[in-house]
Amino acid sequence: MSEMVGKLFGWVNSRLPVSNTFERHLSKHPVPSKVNFWYLFGALASVVLIIQIVSGIWLIMPYSNTEEEAFASIEYIMRDVDYGWIIRYMHTTGASMFFAVVYLHMFRGLLYGSYQKPKELVWIFGCTIYLAMMAEGFLGYVLPYGQMSYWGAQVIISLFGAIPYIGESLELWIRGDYYISGITVSRFFALHVVALPLVLIALVFLHLVALHEVGAGNPEGVDIEEHLDDDGVPLDSVPFFPYKVLNALVGIGVFMTVFAIIMFFFPEGGGYFIEMANFEEANPLVTPEHIAPVWYYSPYYAMLRAVPDKLGGLIVMGSAVAILFVVPWLDKSKVASIRYKGIYSKVALALFGISFITLGYLGTVSVTEVRKTMSVICTVIYFAFFLLMPIYTKYEKTLEVPKRL
Amino acid sequence: MQEKDNTRRKVLIGLTSAVGLSGIPFAATPFIAAWNPSAKAKAAGASVKLDVSKMQYGQQIQVAWRKQPVFVVRHTKESLENIDSALPKLADPNSDQIEEPYKGQNPTRSKSSEYTVMVGVCTHLGCSPKYHPEVEPKPWDASWAGGFFCPCHGSMFDMVGRVYKGVPAPTNLPVPPHFFDGSILTIGEDGGTA
Repeated sequence: MSEMVGKLFGWVNSRLPVSNTFERHLSKHPVPSKVNFWYLFGALASVVLIIQIVSGIWLIMPYSNTEEEAFASIEYIMRDVDYGWIIRYMHTTGASMFFAVVYLHMFRGLLYGSYQKPKELVWIFGCTIYLAMMAEGFLGYVLPYGQMSYWGAQVIISLFGAIPYIGESLELWIRGDYYISGITVSRFFALHVVALPLVLIALVFLHLVALHEVGAGNPEGVDIEEHLDDDGVPLDSVPFFPYKVLNALVGIGVFMTVFAIIMFFFPEGGGYFIEMANFEEANPLVTPEHIAPVWYYSPYYAMLRAVPDKLGGLIVMGSAVAILFVVPWLDKSKVASIRYKGIYSKVALALFGISFITLGYLGTVSVTEVRKTMSVICTVIYFAFFLLMPIYTKYEKTLEVPKRL
Repeated sequence: MQEKDNTRRKVLIGLTSAVGLSGIPFAATPFIAAWNPSAKAKAAGASVKLDVSKMQYGQQIQVAWRKQPVFVVRHTKESLENIDSALPKLADPNSDQIEEPYKGQNPTRSKSSEYTVMVGVCTHLGCSPKYHPEVEPKPWDASWAGGFFCPCHGSMFDMVGRVYKGVPAPTNLPVPPHFFDGSILTIGEDGGTA
C-alpha cells in the first residue's frame, strides 16, 4: 500500500514540483531563529483570509442581492438558516479581526524597519493588500442594505464627487442609478465576492513570494544572510518546520480563542464591529443622527472631517494611505530596528501610534470644536511622522547593530 | 558575424502593437458602459407631481424624487421679509458657484415667490439637513435666523438652502428642475413657464 502511494507521489512529483516547492517555501524555508510575537500577525492574517473566504462562500448561498430582498435575506440568514447566524458573525468578526491583525502587522513593519532594502516590494505589496482590503470591507458593508450601509456608501461615493469636472458623472457611473439602489448593491456584490477576492489572493501570493525571495526580518535588524553555513543556509536561522509552525500554532490557538469569544458573545462589538443603525433597513429619506464608519476606517474619517474643504479632505485622506507606499524611501536610517534607532525615531513612532489611535476614536464620535482641533493636531502628527522621517532618521545617533542574532 | 539590421523588425513590432492596443478602448467600452444607469433606472428617475396648496405657512415637506429627499418649504410672510437676515454669514448668497436654474427670478430661488424647492441632501457628504425654522439661539449658532442644520457634520443653510460660511458643505443646496401648474408642483421637469 505505502509502496503504491510512494509510486504515485513519485509519478506526480516528476511532473509537478511538489516536494521542491513544499521544501523551499514551507518545510525547509529558513527563518530567523529569534523573533518575537510581533512576527505572528502575518500568519494570523492568512488564517483570517481563509476564514473570510469560507464563511463568505457560505453567505453567498442564502444572500439575495436585490434592493427589495437584500436586508430581508440577512435576517433570513440570522433566523431561518441553520447556523446561519454563526456563519454571518464569523464573517463580520473576521472583517474586524482582519484589520486588527493587519494593523498590528503593519505596525511591526514600522517598528522593525521591515520595509528597508531589499524588502521594499514586500512592503508595497502589503500596502496594496491593505488598500484592497479597505475596498473589500467597504463593498461588503453595503451588501446588507441597512441604514449605515446606505448612508456610509452615500458618504464614500460622494467623495468621488469632489473630483473636479468629472466628479458628478463619476458618482452616477459608480452607483448606476440616481441613488444607492439595488443596481449599486448587485455590482458591489460582484466586486466583493469575485473581483476583489481574486485581486487579494493574487497580492497575498506576490507578498509571500517576494518575502521568501529576500528572507524574513527579525527584531534586531540583523542581516542573517551575512553568516552562512557550508550549505549556504544562514547560521542564525531555523527551518520553518517544525520550529516556526509549532510557534505559530500556539499564536493561532490564542487568536482563535479571542475570535471565538467575540463571535459568540460580542459579535456587534458594542456597535464598533456592526453598527446599531445597520439593524434597520436602508431609508434614503432619513439620515441617521450620527454617521460613523466602522472602527477600522475611523482614523481616515477623522482626517476627512478635520479638513473644512471637500476636495481637500479627500486629498488628505488619500495621501494618508498613499504615503505608506513610499516609507521605504523616507527612512534614511542605517539601522532597521527601533531597538538600535535613536531617540527621535522612538518618540516619532510613539507619537504616531498615539495620534493614529486618537484619530480612530475621533472618527467614531460626533464633531465638536475641541474634537475638531484634536483631529487637526493628530492629522498633522500623522503626516509629520512620515514627512520628517528623512530628516530625523538621518541625523539621529544610532546604536551599533550586532553581527549575529 | 554580420551586424543585423533590426529597424524593419522594430517598425513591424511597433505597428502590430499599435493596432493591437487600439482595440483596447473598443473592448473596454461595453464593460464601462454597462455601469451607466440602465434605461429602467432612467425611467424610474422621472418626475413627481404634488399639490402644494394644502401646505401650511412655514411648513416644510419632503418628497422623494429619485429616492432623494426634496424639500418644499412654504414661507411665512415674516420669513419672506427676513429672507436675507443671515446674509453676512452666507458663503454664496447669489448662488454664483453652482448651476442655479432659476437665478434671479425669485428670492426664494424657485419659480414661485412663496415656495422654495431644493434637494435636501447636504452638499458636504450627502446627509439630510434638518429643518429648524425658529429664529432663536441654537447650540450650533447663538444668533440662528432659521434654516437647515445638518446633524452629521454641522453644516448650516438658511431658509432657502444657501450655505453658511465656515461649514464643511461647499455649496448651496441645489434647486432641482421644477415648475408650477396652478397649485400642482412638478419636480424633475422644467416644462412650461412660471
